[in-house]
Amino acid sequence: MTLSDRCAIVGIGNTAYTRGTDRSTLELHLEASLKALDDAGLTTDDIDGVMPSSTAGQCAEDFVMNLGLRNLRFSATVHTGGASLISSIQDACMAITTGVASCVLIPAGRRGYSGERVSTGQSVASPVMASTREFEYPFGNHAAVQWFAQAAQRHMHQYGTTSEQLGHVAVNSRANANLNPQAVMHGRPMTLDDHQSSRMISSPFRLLDCSLESDGAGALIITSVERARDLRQPPVRIGGVAEAHAYPSTSLTQKADMASVPALTDAAQRAFAMAGIGPADLDLLQVHEGFTWYVIAALEAIGVVGPGEGGPFVEEGNIRIDGRLPVNTNGGALSEGHVSGMNHILEGIRQLRRMVEPQRQLATCEQVGVVVEGNFFDGSVLVMRR
Amino acid sequence: MNRPDDIVTGRPVPTPNALTARFWAAAREHRLVVQSCGGCGLLRHYPQPMCPACHSTAWAWAPVSGRGTVYTFTVTHQAFHPAWVDHLPYIVATIELEEGMRMVSDLPSSDLERVAIGRPVECWFEDHELDDGTQFTFPRFRLSDESR
Repeated sequence: MTLSDRCAIVGIGNTAYTRGTDRSTLELHLEASLKALDDAGLTTDDIDGVMPSSTAGQCAEDFVMNLGLRNLRFSATVHTGGASLISSIQDACMAITTGVASCVLIPAGRRGYSGERVSTGQSVASPVMASTREFEYPFGNHAAVQWFAQAAQRHMHQYGTTSEQLGHVAVNSRANANLNPQAVMHGRPMTLDDHQSSRMISSPFRLLDCSLESDGAGALIITSVERARDLRQPPVRIGGVAEAHAYPSTSLTQKADMASVPALTDAAQRAFAMAGIGPADLDLLQVHEGFTWYVIAALEAIGVVGPGEGGPFVEEGNIRIDGRLPVNTNGGALSEGHVSGMNHILEGIRQLRRMVEPQRQLATCEQVGVVVEGNFFDGSVLVMRR
Repeated sequence: MNRPDDIVTGRPVPTPNALTARFWAAAREHRLVVQSCGGCGLLRHYPQPMCPACHSTAWAWAPVSGRGTVYTFTVTHQAFHPAWVDHLPYIVATIELEEGMRMVSDLPSSDLERVAIGRPVECWFEDHELDDGTQFTFPRFRLSDESR
């Protein structure tokens, strides 16, 4: 038995993406959940599974009580940091395919500006961080930007990757965000010079290498492909999905090769095999990127290009919306908003449904890949299709 | 030689547990130690109760040289903890010890001009007197004379 094409995403919703909100993270998740139900034409009575977000610190009981879920028979929370969202989709597919649940709600998102603001050390604490907290925090290695900067530095050392190449990732995301009215950075164009002159945060990362601190949430509803046929929207099938855990798992600094993400290679190979495709078959790649370098790392890890070839690939314009493999057509976490990867999935679904604004609708969009990384180079990969 | 600006007061002080306490106690005596497996002799860091190679739960602390090289680094220009507000920019380096394991340390500001991947480093010990009067020592690294 395989999970391929057994389940479909039938409902999606999201809040506005903002820098500033007076609402709680839970309230954002609830708004997105109601919109997803409405999109699918389902009611709360149909929901018998919910997968609250670990990175947002949520629990099932809050969804039971606020949405009035009286038929809940499945709940689980995945703890793979930024990779949790796609791992949750995998687990929802497992629950639905085996009959444990029939209709699963997955909300995600954060108050990265108003609440759990990473640059002030206010992210949700995780037990995964124990070794880092004891042996790295005391030496000033506190922030994700510092961890990934050291990985990028290593990538530059080994392959000659340049700051300008990182800048091309940022400029691509910003150009796409300017085709997307709901992007936080819509209406704020950026040039490569802007990137190169932005202040250094932690070398080699400048301000414009960093994802946004923004507030917002989204939600997905997943059910069987059979049931999906009767619902309001054209179903988006889950063609392949897989997760992989890094070894060693204690910290980014302990990886044998900090310039590569082997868990992502493993997850991608299994997700692609499940879907019966290869990376060359993707019409759109959505990479949840804390930092610009991660797009380059992901292109290499999932086999779009070979090790060290990601920098030249983005510099040559291949990831532009009119390029060989468009990446993050919504603007991604760098320029649409940091929604724990949810917005990357929502964009993929909207592209497949052909419901994005005409100026960024891909002419051909049959297979969409989504890549998320979490904890210390754990990774999950999703393939979606009509 | 330590320069006054090397010392970062107000570092986050770890809360050692039964597994890690002797690492910090050894540092207090200016010794750098890692776990050595009682079953197969594998050296390991960060501390954990079981050897991933032979599954032995017997282990002892073993001294290491304190010499290594810069595996990678970043120069941080924004303080993510108040202790570094007056020390910007500062280097965070991932050190690969001669014995193979990795440790993380901020390097002295005098290394800013010379830091590079592959440069030799050595361990030194930064002693602190905490607010409650107890002593705590942080094993740090700096570029060694070979790098100067």
